[in-house]
Amino acid sequence: MAEEYWRWTESRWTDPDLSWQDGRIITAGVDVGSVSSQAVILVDGRLYAYANTRTGSDSPNSAINVMNWALEDTDGLTLDKIQYTVGTGYGRVNVPFAQRTVTEIACHARGANFMYGPTVRTVLDMGGQDCKAIHCDDKGKVTNFLMNDKCAAGTGRGMEVFADLLGVSINEMGELSLQVEEEPPPVSSTCVVFAKSEAGGLLRAGWPKEKVLAAYTSAMARRVVSLLERIGLEEDFVITGGIAKNKGVVLRLEKELGVKALEAKYDTQIAGALGAALFAKDLAEKEKSKKK
Amino acid sequence: MLTAGIDIGAKTIKIIILDHGRITAKNLIVAGYDLRESLKKAWADIEAQSGLKVDDMEKIIATGAGRKEAPYASEAITDISAAAKGAKALNNSVRTVIDVGAEEARAVKVDQSGRVVDFAINEKCAAGTGAFTEAMARALEVPLEELGPLSLQSTQAVSMSAQCAVFAESELVTMVHNKTSKPDIARAIHDAIADRIVSMVRRVGLEEKVMLIGGVARNIGFVTSLKRELETEVIVPEDCEYVGAYGAALAPAGK
Repeated sequence: MAEEYWRWTESRWTDPDLSWQDGRIITAGVDVGSVSSQAVILVDGRLYAYANTRTGSDSPNSAINVMNWALEDTDGLTLDKIQYTVGTGYGRVNVPFAQRTVTEIACHARGANFMYGPTVRTVLDMGGQDCKAIHCDDKGKVTNFLMNDKCAAGTGRGMEVFADLLGVSINEMGELSLQVEEEPPPVSSTCVVFAKSEAGGLLRAGWPKEKVLAAYTSAMARRVVSLLERIGLEEDFVITGGIAKNKGVVLRLEKELGVKALEAKYDTQIAGALGAALFAKDLAEKEKSKKK
Repeated sequence: MLTAGIDIGAKTIKIIILDHGRITAKNLIVAGYDLRESLKKAWADIEAQSGLKVDDMEKIIATGAGRKEAPYASEAITDISAAAKGAKALNNSVRTVIDVGAEEARAVKVDQSGRVVDFAINEKCAAGTGAFTEAMARALEVPLEELGPLSLQSTQAVSMSAQCAVFAESELVTMVHNKTSKPDIARAIHDAIADRIVSMVRRVGLEEKVMLIGGVARNIGFVTSLKRELETEVIVPEDCEYVGAYGAALAPAGK
Protein backbone atom coordinates (compact mmCIF):
# COMPACT_ATOMS: atom_id res chain seq x y z
CA MET A 1 0.00 0.00 0.00
CA ALA A 2 1.49 3.31 -1.07
CA GLU A 3 -0.34 5.41 1.51
CA GLU A 4 -1.66 4.03 4.73
CA TYR A 5 -4.91 5.92 5.18
CA TRP A 6 -5.95 3.77 8.06
CA ARG A 7 -2.90 4.69 10.16
CA TRP A 8 -4.21 6.95 12.91
CA THR A 9 -1.84 9.07 14.99
CA GLU A 10 -0.20 7.36 17.93
CA SER A 11 0.61 9.52 20.92
CA ARG A 12 2.32 9.83 24.27
CA TRP A 13 2.25 12.49 26.97
CA THR A 14 3.80 13.34 30.34
CA ASP A 15 2.47 15.90 32.78
CA PRO A 16 5.24 18.53 32.94
CA ASP A 17 4.01 19.75 36.35
CA LEU A 18 4.23 16.44 38.19
CA SER A 19 7.32 14.71 39.43
CA TRP A 20 7.05 11.01 40.19
CA GLN A 21 9.87 11.17 42.73
CA ASP A 22 7.55 12.97 45.18
CA GLY A 23 4.87 10.34 44.77
CA ARG A 24 3.94 7.78 47.43
CA ILE A 25 2.10 5.31 45.22
CA ILE A 26 2.98 4.86 41.56
CA THR A 27 0.65 2.57 39.60
CA ALA A 28 0.04 1.65 35.99
CA GLY A 29 -2.77 0.31 33.84
CA VAL A 30 -2.28 -1.40 30.49
CA ASP A 31 -5.14 -1.94 28.07
CA VAL A 32 -4.29 -4.25 25.17
CA GLY A 33 -6.99 -4.21 22.51
CA SER A 34 -7.21 -5.91 19.19
CA VAL A 35 -6.51 -2.66 17.35
CA SER A 36 -4.83 -0.34 19.86
CA SER A 37 -3.01 -0.54 23.19
CA GLN A 38 -2.61 2.05 25.92
CA ALA A 39 -0.47 2.37 29.06
CA VAL A 40 -1.30 4.91 31.78
CA ILE A 41 0.88 5.83 34.77
CA LEU A 42 -0.61 7.43 37.88
CA VAL A 43 1.29 9.10 40.69
CA ASP A 44 -0.86 9.09 43.84
CA GLY A 45 -3.91 8.70 41.66
CA ARG A 46 -3.04 11.65 39.45
CA LEU A 47 -2.52 11.21 35.71
CA TYR A 48 1.22 11.40 35.12
CA ALA A 49 1.95 9.85 31.73
CA TYR A 50 0.37 7.75 29.00
CA ALA A 51 1.03 6.22 25.59
CA ASN A 52 -1.38 5.08 22.88
CA THR A 53 -0.19 2.81 20.05
CA ARG A 54 -1.38 0.34 17.42
CA THR A 55 -1.40 -3.23 18.69
CA GLY A 56 -0.43 -4.66 15.32
CA SER A 57 -0.09 -8.36 14.67
CA ASP A 58 2.50 -8.77 17.43
CA SER A 59 0.04 -8.60 20.33
CA PRO A 60 2.14 -10.61 22.85
CA ASN A 61 4.69 -7.80 22.92
CA SER A 62 2.17 -5.01 22.69
CA ALA A 63 1.94 -4.51 26.45
CA ILE A 64 5.66 -4.08 27.03
CA ASN A 65 6.02 -1.90 23.94
CA VAL A 66 3.32 0.55 24.96
CA MET A 67 4.55 0.55 28.57
CA ASN A 68 8.07 1.35 27.48
CA TRP A 69 6.83 4.18 25.35
CA ALA A 70 4.82 5.59 28.26
CA LEU A 71 7.97 5.44 30.41
CA GLU A 72 10.04 7.39 27.89
CA ASP A 73 10.38 11.04 28.84
CA THR A 74 9.45 10.42 32.49
CA ASP A 75 12.65 11.67 34.06
CA GLY A 76 14.07 8.22 34.74
CA LEU A 77 10.97 6.34 35.87
CA THR A 78 11.36 2.61 35.19
CA LEU A 79 9.01 -0.38 35.34
CA ASP A 80 10.51 -1.71 38.56
CA LYS A 81 9.58 1.50 40.38
CA ILE A 82 5.90 1.02 39.56
CA GLN A 83 4.31 -0.61 42.59
CA TYR A 84 1.28 -2.16 40.98
CA THR A 85 0.11 -2.78 37.43
CA VAL A 86 -3.32 -3.93 36.31
CA GLY A 87 -3.88 -5.34 32.82
CA THR A 88 -7.13 -5.19 30.86
CA GLY A 89 -8.59 -5.33 27.37
CA TYR A 90 -9.17 -8.04 24.83
CA GLY A 91 -5.58 -9.12 25.24
CA ARG A 92 -5.43 -8.57 28.99
CA VAL A 93 -3.89 -11.97 29.50
CA ASN A 94 -1.00 -10.61 27.47
CA VAL A 95 0.23 -8.12 30.05
CA PRO A 96 2.92 -10.37 31.54
CA PHE A 97 4.17 -7.80 34.08
CA ALA A 98 0.72 -7.05 35.53
CA GLN A 99 -0.06 -8.23 39.06
CA ARG A 100 -3.76 -8.50 38.29
CA THR A 101 -6.26 -8.25 35.45
CA VAL A 102 -9.62 -6.54 35.63
CA THR A 103 -12.40 -6.69 33.02
CA GLU A 104 -12.38 -3.97 30.40
CA ILE A 105 -15.97 -3.02 31.20
CA ALA A 106 -15.10 -2.23 34.81
CA CYS A 107 -11.95 -0.36 33.75
CA HIS A 108 -13.78 1.75 31.20
CA ALA A 109 -16.43 2.82 33.67
CA ARG A 110 -13.81 3.70 36.28
CA GLY A 111 -11.69 5.53 33.74
CA ALA A 112 -14.67 7.51 32.46
CA ASN A 113 -15.56 8.49 36.02
CA PHE A 114 -12.05 9.94 36.44
CA MET A 115 -12.00 11.62 33.05
CA TYR A 116 -15.45 13.17 33.13
CA GLY A 117 -16.46 13.26 36.77
CA PRO A 118 -19.02 11.60 39.07
CA THR A 119 -22.05 12.80 37.08
CA VAL A 120 -21.37 10.28 34.29
CA ARG A 121 -24.07 7.60 34.03
CA THR A 122 -23.69 6.30 30.46
CA VAL A 123 -20.38 5.54 28.78
CA LEU A 124 -20.32 4.68 25.11
CA ASP A 125 -16.99 3.14 24.23
CA MET A 126 -16.39 2.96 20.50
CA GLY A 127 -13.31 0.84 20.14
CA GLY A 128 -11.30 -0.85 17.46
CA GLN A 129 -13.42 -3.95 17.15
CA ASP A 130 -16.33 -3.48 19.50
CA CYS A 131 -18.83 -1.01 20.85
CA LYS A 132 -19.87 -1.02 24.47
CA ALA A 133 -22.66 0.85 26.18
CA ILE A 134 -21.99 0.97 29.95
CA HIS A 135 -24.14 2.29 32.79
CA CYS A 136 -22.29 3.31 35.94
CA ASP A 137 -22.87 5.01 39.27
CA ASP A 138 -21.19 8.08 40.71
CA LYS A 139 -18.16 6.03 41.79
CA GLY A 140 -17.63 4.61 38.32
CA LYS A 141 -18.99 1.19 39.27
CA VAL A 142 -20.73 -0.72 36.47
CA THR A 143 -24.48 -1.15 36.90
CA ASN A 144 -25.33 -2.51 33.44
CA PHE A 145 -23.76 -2.98 30.03
CA LEU A 146 -24.36 -4.12 26.49
CA MET A 147 -21.73 -4.92 23.92
CA ASN A 148 -21.52 -5.48 20.21
CA ASP A 149 -18.36 -7.32 19.38
CA LYS A 150 -19.60 -9.49 16.57
CA CYS A 151 -20.01 -6.84 13.92
CA ALA A 152 -17.68 -4.23 12.47
CA ALA A 153 -20.40 -1.61 12.04
CA GLY A 154 -19.64 1.39 14.21
CA THR A 155 -16.14 0.20 15.13
CA GLY A 156 -12.70 1.52 14.35
CA ARG A 157 -12.04 -1.33 11.93
CA GLY A 158 -15.09 -0.27 9.96
CA MET A 159 -13.68 3.25 9.77
CA GLU A 160 -10.30 1.94 8.64
CA VAL A 161 -11.97 0.07 5.78
CA PHE A 162 -13.61 3.29 4.65
CA ALA A 163 -10.48 5.37 5.04
CA ASP A 164 -8.78 2.99 2.61
CA LEU A 165 -11.71 2.87 0.21
CA LEU A 166 -11.96 6.64 -0.06
CA GLY A 167 -8.25 7.35 0.19
CA VAL A 168 -8.83 9.70 3.12
CA SER A 169 -6.61 9.74 6.19
CA ILE A 170 -8.56 8.33 9.11
CA ASN A 171 -7.66 11.37 11.22
CA GLU A 172 -9.46 13.62 8.74
CA MET A 173 -12.54 11.51 8.08
CA GLY A 174 -14.64 13.18 10.74
CA GLU A 175 -14.03 16.74 9.61
CA LEU A 176 -14.44 15.81 5.96
CA SER A 177 -17.80 14.14 6.58
CA LEU A 178 -19.10 17.43 7.94
CA GLN A 179 -18.24 19.37 4.82
CA VAL A 180 -21.56 18.70 3.15
CA GLU A 181 -24.18 21.36 2.60
CA GLU A 182 -27.03 18.97 3.01
CA GLU A 183 -26.96 15.71 4.89
CA PRO A 184 -27.38 12.87 2.35
CA PRO A 185 -29.46 9.81 3.22
CA PRO A 186 -27.43 7.19 5.12
CA VAL A 187 -26.13 4.19 3.19
CA SER A 188 -28.76 1.48 3.45
CA SER A 189 -26.47 -1.17 4.89
CA THR A 190 -24.84 -0.92 8.26
CA CYS A 191 -22.76 -3.98 7.37
CA VAL A 192 -19.34 -2.58 6.52
CA VAL A 193 -18.85 -5.04 3.66
CA PHE A 194 -22.14 -4.11 1.99
CA ALA A 195 -21.76 -0.44 2.83
CA LYS A 196 -18.40 -0.56 1.10
CA SER A 197 -19.95 -1.88 -2.14
CA GLU A 198 -22.70 0.68 -1.83
CA ALA A 199 -20.15 3.46 -1.33
CA GLY A 200 -18.18 2.26 -4.35
CA GLY A 201 -21.35 2.61 -6.41
CA LEU A 202 -21.94 6.12 -5.08
CA LEU A 203 -18.42 7.18 -5.96
CA ARG A 204 -18.86 5.83 -9.48
CA ALA A 205 -22.13 7.73 -9.73
CA GLY A 206 -20.15 10.89 -9.11
CA TRP A 207 -20.69 11.51 -5.41
CA PRO A 208 -17.82 13.52 -3.88
CA LYS A 209 -15.89 11.89 -1.04
CA GLU A 210 -17.40 14.09 1.66
CA LYS A 211 -20.90 13.09 0.63
CA VAL A 212 -20.08 9.37 0.68
CA LEU A 213 -18.41 9.82 4.06
CA ALA A 214 -21.41 11.67 5.40
CA ALA A 215 -23.73 8.87 4.21
CA TYR A 216 -21.56 6.18 5.77
CA THR A 217 -20.99 8.05 9.03
CA SER A 218 -24.73 8.59 9.32
CA ALA A 219 -25.40 4.87 8.99
CA MET A 220 -22.74 4.03 11.57
CA ALA A 221 -24.13 6.55 14.03
CA ARG A 222 -27.60 5.03 13.62
CA ARG A 223 -26.24 1.57 14.32
CA VAL A 224 -24.67 2.75 17.55
CA VAL A 225 -27.82 4.61 18.57
CA SER A 226 -29.74 1.33 18.45
CA LEU A 227 -27.24 -0.18 20.89
CA LEU A 228 -27.81 2.72 23.29
CA GLU A 229 -31.56 2.54 22.88
CA ARG A 230 -31.51 -1.09 23.95
CA ILE A 231 -29.81 -0.28 27.24
CA GLY A 232 -31.30 3.16 27.73
CA LEU A 233 -29.50 6.49 27.83
CA GLU A 234 -29.11 8.23 31.16
CA GLU A 235 -27.24 11.51 31.41
CA ASP A 236 -24.51 12.54 31.79
CA PHE A 237 -23.41 10.83 28.63
CA VAL A 238 -19.81 10.42 27.49
CA ILE A 239 -18.03 8.78 24.58
CA THR A 240 -14.66 7.06 24.88
CA GLY A 241 -12.45 5.14 22.47
CA GLY A 242 -10.85 6.10 19.21
CA ILE A 243 -14.04 6.98 17.36
CA ALA A 244 -14.82 9.63 19.99
CA LYS A 245 -12.19 11.62 18.10
CA ASN A 246 -14.29 11.51 14.93
CA LYS A 247 -16.37 14.67 15.06
CA GLY A 248 -18.56 13.48 12.22
CA VAL A 249 -19.73 10.45 14.22
CA VAL A 250 -20.04 12.32 17.52
CA LEU A 251 -22.15 15.17 16.14
CA ARG A 252 -24.49 12.83 14.26
CA LEU A 253 -24.84 10.62 17.32
CA GLU A 254 -25.69 13.58 19.53
CA LYS A 255 -28.23 14.75 16.99
CA GLU A 256 -29.99 11.36 16.80
CA LEU A 257 -29.97 10.94 20.57
CA GLY A 258 -30.95 14.52 21.31
CA VAL A 259 -28.26 14.50 23.99
CA LYS A 260 -24.85 16.11 24.05
CA ALA A 261 -21.87 14.15 25.28
CA LEU A 262 -19.60 15.81 27.86
CA GLU A 263 -16.52 17.35 26.33
CA ALA A 264 -13.33 15.34 26.54
CA LYS A 265 -10.40 16.89 28.36
CA TYR A 266 -8.20 13.83 28.00
CA ASP A 267 -7.32 11.50 25.14
CA THR A 268 -10.49 9.42 24.80
CA GLN A 269 -8.57 6.25 24.06
CA ILE A 270 -6.97 5.96 27.50
CA ALA A 271 -10.19 5.31 29.47
CA GLY A 272 -9.57 1.58 29.88
CA ALA A 273 -5.93 1.85 30.88
CA LEU A 274 -6.75 4.76 33.19
CA GLY A 275 -9.42 2.76 34.98
CA ALA A 276 -6.98 -0.14 35.26
CA ALA A 277 -4.35 2.15 36.81
CA LEU A 278 -6.95 3.36 39.34
CA PHE A 279 -7.79 -0.21 40.29
CA ALA A 280 -4.05 -0.75 40.63
CA LYS A 281 -3.93 2.14 43.14
CA ASP A 282 -6.74 0.58 45.22
CA LEU A 283 -4.94 -2.75 45.21
CA ALA A 284 -1.57 -1.19 46.05
CA GLU A 285 -3.13 0.66 49.03
CA LYS A 286 -4.82 -2.51 50.23
CA GLU A 287 -1.52 -4.32 50.16
CA LYS A 288 0.21 -1.53 52.05
CA SER A 289 -2.42 -1.51 54.79
CA LYS A 290 -2.18 -5.31 55.12
CA LYS A 291 1.51 -5.05 55.78
CA LYS A 292 0.98 -2.67 58.70
CA MET B 1 -46.42 -22.77 -23.45
CA LEU B 2 -43.27 -20.85 -22.65
CA THR B 3 -42.69 -19.37 -19.22
CA ALA B 4 -39.61 -17.63 -17.93
CA GLY B 5 -38.29 -17.20 -14.41
CA ILE B 6 -35.85 -14.34 -13.79
CA ASP B 7 -33.85 -14.26 -10.56
CA ILE B 8 -32.29 -10.82 -10.09
CA GLY B 9 -29.69 -11.37 -7.44
CA ALA B 10 -27.21 -9.07 -5.77
CA LYS B 11 -24.44 -10.21 -8.06
CA THR B 12 -25.92 -12.23 -10.91
CA ILE B 13 -29.09 -12.50 -12.97
CA LYS B 14 -30.38 -15.96 -13.80
CA ILE B 15 -32.99 -16.80 -16.41
CA ILE B 16 -34.72 -20.14 -16.87
CA ILE B 17 -37.15 -20.86 -19.70
CA LEU B 18 -39.64 -23.65 -19.47
CA ASP B 19 -41.54 -25.16 -22.35
CA HIS B 20 -44.56 -26.95 -20.92
CA GLY B 21 -42.70 -27.28 -17.67
CA ARG B 22 -39.41 -28.53 -19.09
CA ILE B 23 -36.22 -26.48 -19.06
CA THR B 24 -35.35 -25.42 -22.60
CA ALA B 25 -32.90 -22.58 -22.02
CA LYS B 26 -30.96 -20.95 -19.25
CA ASN B 27 -28.55 -18.07 -18.84
CA LEU B 28 -26.55 -16.43 -16.09
CA ILE B 29 -24.83 -13.07 -16.31
CA VAL B 30 -23.11 -10.80 -13.84
CA ALA B 31 -25.44 -7.89 -13.11
CA GLY B 32 -24.14 -4.47 -14.17
CA TYR B 33 -25.13 -1.07 -12.78
CA ASP B 34 -28.00 -0.69 -15.18
CA LEU B 35 -30.59 -3.39 -14.64
CA ARG B 36 -32.38 -2.80 -17.93
CA GLU B 37 -29.13 -3.05 -19.90
CA SER B 38 -28.12 -6.18 -18.03
CA LEU B 39 -31.46 -7.87 -18.72
CA LYS B 40 -31.32 -6.86 -22.38
CA LYS B 41 -27.96 -8.57 -22.66
CA ALA B 42 -29.17 -11.64 -20.79
CA TRP B 43 -32.10 -12.01 -23.18
CA ALA B 44 -29.88 -11.42 -26.19
CA ASP B 45 -27.67 -14.29 -25.03
CA ILE B 46 -30.70 -16.53 -24.66
CA GLU B 47 -31.85 -15.67 -28.13
CA ALA B 48 -28.43 -16.46 -29.55
CA GLN B 49 -28.40 -19.73 -27.65
CA SER B 50 -31.93 -20.98 -28.30
CA GLY B 51 -33.67 -18.64 -30.72
CA LEU B 52 -36.21 -17.77 -28.01
CA LYS B 53 -37.12 -14.12 -27.49
CA VAL B 54 -38.57 -12.36 -24.49
CA ASP B 55 -41.73 -11.62 -26.48
CA ASP B 56 -42.26 -15.34 -27.02
CA MET B 57 -42.87 -15.82 -23.33
CA GLU B 58 -46.40 -16.24 -22.20
CA LYS B 59 -45.51 -15.45 -18.63
CA ILE B 60 -42.43 -13.96 -17.00
CA ILE B 61 -42.07 -14.16 -13.24
CA ALA B 62 -39.32 -12.41 -11.35
CA THR B 63 -37.69 -13.17 -8.05
CA GLY B 64 -34.56 -12.11 -6.20
CA ALA B 65 -33.49 -8.85 -4.56
CA GLY B 66 -34.28 -6.85 -7.69
CA ARG B 67 -37.60 -8.49 -8.56
CA LYS B 68 -39.71 -5.38 -8.06
CA GLU B 69 -37.68 -3.37 -10.55
CA ALA B 70 -37.67 -6.11 -13.18
CA PRO B 71 -38.74 -4.87 -16.58
CA TYR B 72 -40.61 -7.47 -18.73
CA ALA B 73 -41.88 -9.43 -15.72
CA SER B 74 -45.60 -9.56 -15.10
CA GLU B 75 -45.37 -10.94 -11.57
CA ALA B 76 -42.92 -11.36 -8.76
CA ILE B 77 -42.55 -13.98 -6.07
CA THR B 78 -40.34 -13.88 -3.01
CA ASP B 79 -36.96 -15.61 -2.88
CA ILE B 80 -38.37 -17.84 -0.17
CA SER B 81 -41.22 -19.07 -2.39
CA ALA B 82 -38.93 -19.46 -5.38
CA ALA B 83 -36.40 -21.49 -3.42
CA ALA B 84 -39.13 -23.73 -2.00
CA LYS B 85 -40.82 -24.30 -5.36
CA GLY B 86 -37.62 -24.92 -7.25
CA ALA B 87 -36.10 -27.28 -4.70
CA LYS B 88 -39.28 -29.30 -4.29
CA ALA B 89 -39.67 -29.64 -8.03
CA LEU B 90 -36.14 -31.02 -8.31
CA ASN B 91 -36.60 -33.47 -5.46
CA ASN B 92 -39.92 -34.16 -3.83
CA SER B 93 -38.36 -35.45 -0.60
CA VAL B 94 -36.76 -32.10 0.23
CA ARG B 95 -37.96 -30.56 3.49
CA THR B 96 -35.16 -28.04 4.23
CA VAL B 97 -33.83 -25.71 1.57
CA ILE B 98 -30.64 -23.76 2.22
CA ASP B 99 -30.08 -20.94 -0.27
CA VAL B 100 -26.73 -19.13 -0.05
CA GLY B 101 -26.27 -16.22 -2.42
CA ALA B 102 -23.82 -13.42 -2.95
CA GLU B 103 -25.25 -11.14 -0.28
CA GLU B 104 -28.12 -13.01 1.33
CA ALA B 105 -28.80 -16.45 2.70
CA ARG B 106 -32.03 -18.22 3.60
CA ALA B 107 -33.19 -21.41 5.24
CA VAL B 108 -36.66 -22.53 4.14
CA LYS B 109 -38.72 -25.30 5.64
CA VAL B 110 -41.31 -26.91 3.37
CA ASP B 111 -43.92 -29.52 4.05
CA GLN B 112 -44.95 -32.51 1.97
CA SER B 113 -47.07 -30.45 -0.36
CA GLY B 114 -44.32 -27.86 -0.89
CA ARG B 115 -45.88 -25.20 1.29
CA VAL B 116 -43.45 -22.96 3.17
CA VAL B 117 -43.90 -23.62 6.89
CA ASP B 118 -41.00 -21.57 8.25
CA PHE B 119 -38.00 -19.60 7.09
CA ALA B 120 -35.02 -17.63 8.36
CA ILE B 121 -33.07 -14.97 6.49
CA ASN B 122 -29.63 -13.50 6.86
CA GLU B 123 -29.80 -10.30 4.91
CA LYS B 124 -28.04 -7.51 6.76
CA CYS B 125 -24.71 -9.09 7.27
CA ALA B 126 -21.99 -10.31 4.93
CA ALA B 127 -21.11 -13.25 7.17
CA GLY B 128 -22.60 -16.45 5.82
CA THR B 129 -22.84 -15.15 2.25
CA GLY B 130 -20.74 -15.20 -0.88
CA ALA B 131 -19.45 -11.75 0.04
CA PHE B 132 -17.63 -13.32 2.98
CA THR B 133 -15.79 -15.87 0.85
CA GLU B 134 -14.90 -13.22 -1.69
CA ALA B 135 -13.42 -10.95 0.96
CA MET B 136 -11.47 -13.81 2.51
CA ALA B 137 -10.17 -15.05 -0.85
CA ARG B 138 -8.89 -11.54 -1.53
CA ALA B 139 -7.25 -11.31 1.88
CA LEU B 140 -5.61 -14.71 1.45
CA GLU B 141 -4.56 -13.76 -2.10
CA VAL B 142 -6.12 -16.87 -3.63
CA PRO B 143 -8.49 -16.73 -6.63
CA LEU B 144 -12.06 -17.32 -5.47
CA GLU B 145 -12.58 -20.49 -7.48
CA GLU B 146 -9.45 -22.05 -5.94
CA LEU B 147 -10.42 -21.38 -2.34
CA GLY B 148 -12.71 -24.40 -2.07
CA PRO B 149 -10.29 -26.99 -3.51
CA LEU B 150 -7.48 -25.47 -1.41
CA SER B 151 -9.43 -25.99 1.79
CA LEU B 152 -9.79 -29.69 1.04
CA GLN B 153 -6.03 -29.99 1.44
CA SER B 154 -6.25 -28.87 5.04
CA THR B 155 -4.68 -31.16 7.61
CA GLN B 156 -6.15 -29.62 10.72
CA ALA B 157 -9.12 -27.62 11.85
CA VAL B 158 -8.21 -24.15 13.03
CA SER B 159 -11.05 -22.17 14.44
CA MET B 160 -11.87 -18.64 13.50
CA SER B 161 -13.64 -16.84 16.32
CA ALA B 162 -14.89 -13.97 14.19
CA GLN B 163 -17.91 -14.29 11.96
CA CYS B 164 -17.87 -10.71 10.77
CA ALA B 165 -16.00 -10.54 7.48
CA VAL B 166 -14.07 -7.47 8.58
CA PHE B 167 -12.86 -9.06 11.82
CA ALA B 168 -12.26 -12.38 10.13
CA GLU B 169 -9.92 -10.58 7.77
CA SER B 170 -7.84 -9.29 10.70
CA GLU B 171 -7.88 -12.76 12.21
CA LEU B 172 -6.73 -14.17 8.90
CA VAL B 173 -3.79 -11.77 8.84
CA THR B 174 -2.80 -12.93 12.33
CA MET B 175 -3.06 -16.57 11.22
CA VAL B 176 -0.78 -15.88 8.28
CA HIS B 177 1.60 -14.11 10.66
CA ASN B 178 1.54 -17.18 12.92
CA LYS B 179 2.44 -19.36 9.94
CA THR B 180 -0.85 -21.26 9.76
CA SER B 181 -0.93 -23.01 6.38
CA LYS B 182 -3.08 -21.59 3.59
CA PRO B 183 -5.15 -24.80 3.26
CA ASP B 184 -5.88 -24.73 7.01
CA ILE B 185 -6.87 -21.06 6.81
CA ALA B 186 -9.06 -21.83 3.79
CA ARG B 187 -10.81 -24.54 5.76
CA ALA B 188 -11.30 -22.17 8.71
CA ILE B 189 -12.97 -19.71 6.34
CA HIS B 190 -15.48 -22.27 5.12
CA ASP B 191 -16.10 -23.56 8.64
CA ALA B 192 -16.91 -19.98 9.67
CA ILE B 193 -19.54 -19.50 6.97
CA ALA B 194 -20.94 -22.98 7.58
CA ASP B 195 -21.26 -22.06 11.29
CA ARG B 196 -23.35 -19.07 10.46
CA ILE B 197 -25.53 -20.98 8.00
CA VAL B 198 -26.05 -23.81 10.46
CA SER B 199 -27.27 -21.37 13.17
CA MET B 200 -29.76 -20.07 10.66
CA VAL B 201 -30.90 -23.58 9.71
CA ARG B 202 -31.37 -24.53 13.37
CA ARG B 203 -33.76 -21.60 13.72
CA VAL B 204 -36.16 -23.32 11.34
CA GLY B 205 -35.25 -26.81 12.47
CA LEU B 206 -33.38 -29.33 10.36
CA GLU B 207 -35.42 -31.97 8.58
CA GLU B 208 -34.17 -34.26 5.84
CA LYS B 209 -33.90 -34.22 2.94
CA VAL B 210 -31.72 -31.10 2.88
CA MET B 211 -30.98 -29.30 -0.38
CA LEU B 212 -28.37 -26.57 -0.85
CA ILE B 213 -28.86 -24.04 -3.64
CA GLY B 214 -27.41 -20.71 -4.72
CA GLY B 215 -24.05 -19.77 -6.16
CA VAL B 216 -22.05 -20.51 -3.03
CA ALA B 217 -23.08 -24.18 -3.36
CA ARG B 218 -20.47 -24.38 -6.12
CA ASN B 219 -17.81 -23.97 -3.47
CA ILE B 220 -16.72 -27.51 -2.58
CA GLY B 221 -15.00 -26.25 0.56
CA PHE B 222 -18.22 -24.73 1.85
CA VAL B 223 -20.28 -27.81 0.97
CA THR B 224 -17.79 -30.02 2.82
CA SER B 225 -17.82 -27.83 5.94
CA LEU B 226 -21.61 -27.62 5.86
CA LYS B 227 -22.11 -31.38 5.59
CA ARG B 228 -19.66 -31.91 8.41
CA GLU B 229 -21.45 -29.48 10.71
CA LEU B 230 -24.98 -30.49 9.86
CA GLU B 231 -24.09 -34.16 10.10
CA THR B 232 -26.57 -34.95 7.35
CA GLU B 233 -26.42 -35.57 3.65
CA VAL B 234 -26.88 -32.43 1.63
CA ILE B 235 -28.18 -32.58 -1.93
CA VAL B 236 -26.51 -30.08 -4.23
CA PRO B 237 -28.29 -29.99 -7.60
CA GLU B 238 -26.43 -29.36 -10.82
CA ASP B 239 -27.04 -25.73 -11.81
CA CYS B 240 -27.53 -24.85 -8.15
CA GLU B 241 -27.64 -21.10 -8.95
CA TYR B 242 -30.68 -21.51 -11.18
CA VAL B 243 -33.02 -23.09 -8.68
CA GLY B 244 -34.56 -19.75 -7.67
CA ALA B 245 -35.24 -18.80 -11.28
CA TYR B 246 -36.59 -22.31 -11.89
CA GLY B 247 -38.96 -21.95 -8.97
CA ALA B 248 -40.14 -18.58 -10.31
CA ALA B 249 -40.74 -20.06 -13.77
CA LEU B 250 -42.85 -22.80 -12.18
CA ALA B 251 -44.93 -20.33 -10.20
CA PRO B 252 -48.03 -20.15 -12.39
CA ALA B 253 -48.34 -23.94 -12.33
CA GLY B 254 -48.65 -23.91 -8.56
CA LYS B 255 -51.48 -21.41 -8.47
